[in-house]
Amino acid sequence: MPGLITMDDLTNDEILQVLDDAERLLPVARGEVYLPLLQGKILGNLFFEPSTRTRMSFETAMKRLGGDVVNLGDVKTSSVVKGETLFDTVQMVDGYTDIIAMRHPRQGAAQYAQDAARVPILNGGDGAGHHPTQTMLDLFTIRQAHGRLDGLNVVLAGDLRYGRTVHSLSHALTRFGCTLTFASPELLKMPAEIVSDLKAHGANVVETDDLLGSLAGADVVYMTRIQKERFADEDEYAKVAGAYKLHASNLEDVKEGMIIMHPLPRVDEIHPSVDVTRHARYFEQAFNGVVARMALLCRLLNVDVPANVGGEA
Amino acid sequence: MSQEHNMRRVTAIRNGTVIDHVPAGHAMRVLEMLGIDQTSSVPVSMVMNVPSKKMGTKDIIKVEDRELNQDELNRLALVAPDAHVAIIRAYSVAEKMTIDLGEEVKNVVRCTFSNCITTNPREPLPHRLKVLSTEPLELRCHYCGRPQDLEALVRNLI
Repeated sequence: MPGLITMDDLTNDEILQVLDDAERLLPVARGEVYLPLLQGKILGNLFFEPSTRTRMSFETAMKRLGGDVVNLGDVKTSSVVKGETLFDTVQMVDGYTDIIAMRHPRQGAAQYAQDAARVPILNGGDGAGHHPTQTMLDLFTIRQAHGRLDGLNVVLAGDLRYGRTVHSLSHALTRFGCTLTFASPELLKMPAEIVSDLKAHGANVVETDDLLGSLAGADVVYMTRIQKERFADEDEYAKVAGAYKLHASNLEDVKEGMIIMHPLPRVDEIHPSVDVTRHARYFEQAFNGVVARMALLCRLLNVDVPANVGGEA
Repeated sequence: MSQEHNMRRVTAIRNGTVIDHVPAGHAMRVLEMLGIDQTSSVPVSMVMNVPSKKMGTKDIIKVEDRELNQDELNRLALVAPDAHVAIIRAYSVAEKMTIDLGEEVKNVVRCTFSNCITTNPREPLPHRLKVLSTEPLELRCHYCGRPQDLEALVRNLI
């Protein structure tokens, strides 16, 4: 059964259907309504590298829908450390579960697992590759704020080279006709093959190193963390990272409805002074991970979300 | 300079394979991809950078007493997708083989991206590169989606 490996696995209509399902599932995600749509189903969590939000939100999503979860556990104590191949690990978990959520440090691991598995794979991040379930919750958050996805001005800032989140998201936003501004230091620019792919799909892309100068026309500013270890020396890091920090004082001339997002964890790229502004959306965004993943679990397990869930969406 | 003149730069072979229309300067790489080197016992003749109506300049290779099979041809396609390959028997062309990369190159070469899941030699699924275009040649790994470094591919033959 096909899973969700990249955003190409969903058409625009399917994306919107999943977002509609997610919207209806909000009271279930909040714990206001108990709706055991996935009772008797088991999710296998295969996280080969650290994850807090993705793993926990998958678990929460499954349990809120009455399903159960089995975890690979710590890679250091599992059979992976004994040299088990991904193929063999997937064969085993495939037999234990109905669906697998997976994160792996190697790019292509999710597609590889899907080719090896009978059950659907939900890609929770493969190296610097894709992170489509994050994209779905990002799209949900954007639509929640703006009421639509099409034609928005979106600024993606920070580490665009290694950040898989922004790779998947920019592909999806292009499909909805958004204008994209990539604001990053030269060293962490969006990979050329992704920019050329986006342009081939008709994207309107601007590349700049000036984040603050890009804020005025933005409907969405999507921040990412710049990692110190990407730079040869600390001075260079300090110089570059300073230009990609947002403080509440930078937001005086922005659009009223502009939202600031971040896949989290943040370090110091968004100052706590921003948290109390009307623009901050990153904590809602993290919560939306549950509802978006609930909708995806239902879809991939062929379970319909009822039109009327109850509670208040 | 005529085609006939080009072919006469090296003598006709009795049995074996003629690989024509190799991109100029790529003959050595083709031999490398076919595993033909100083340890091979078969006679090999090669001309490089000769005029070609179709290509401007080209290379030609003649390998005696060896007939290329389809698998070898697939390897060849990665550096010389437009090459013409003829099997020679008793000084005549017995068979013309055409190179068609198809939509996918399977188990011929490993992905060139160092962090691809397929870099673990113990992973058992086949190596798969999707052919996006042949002119110019553009390949992407089925698993990691990375565009392939054509210069490095020759070192990743299986």
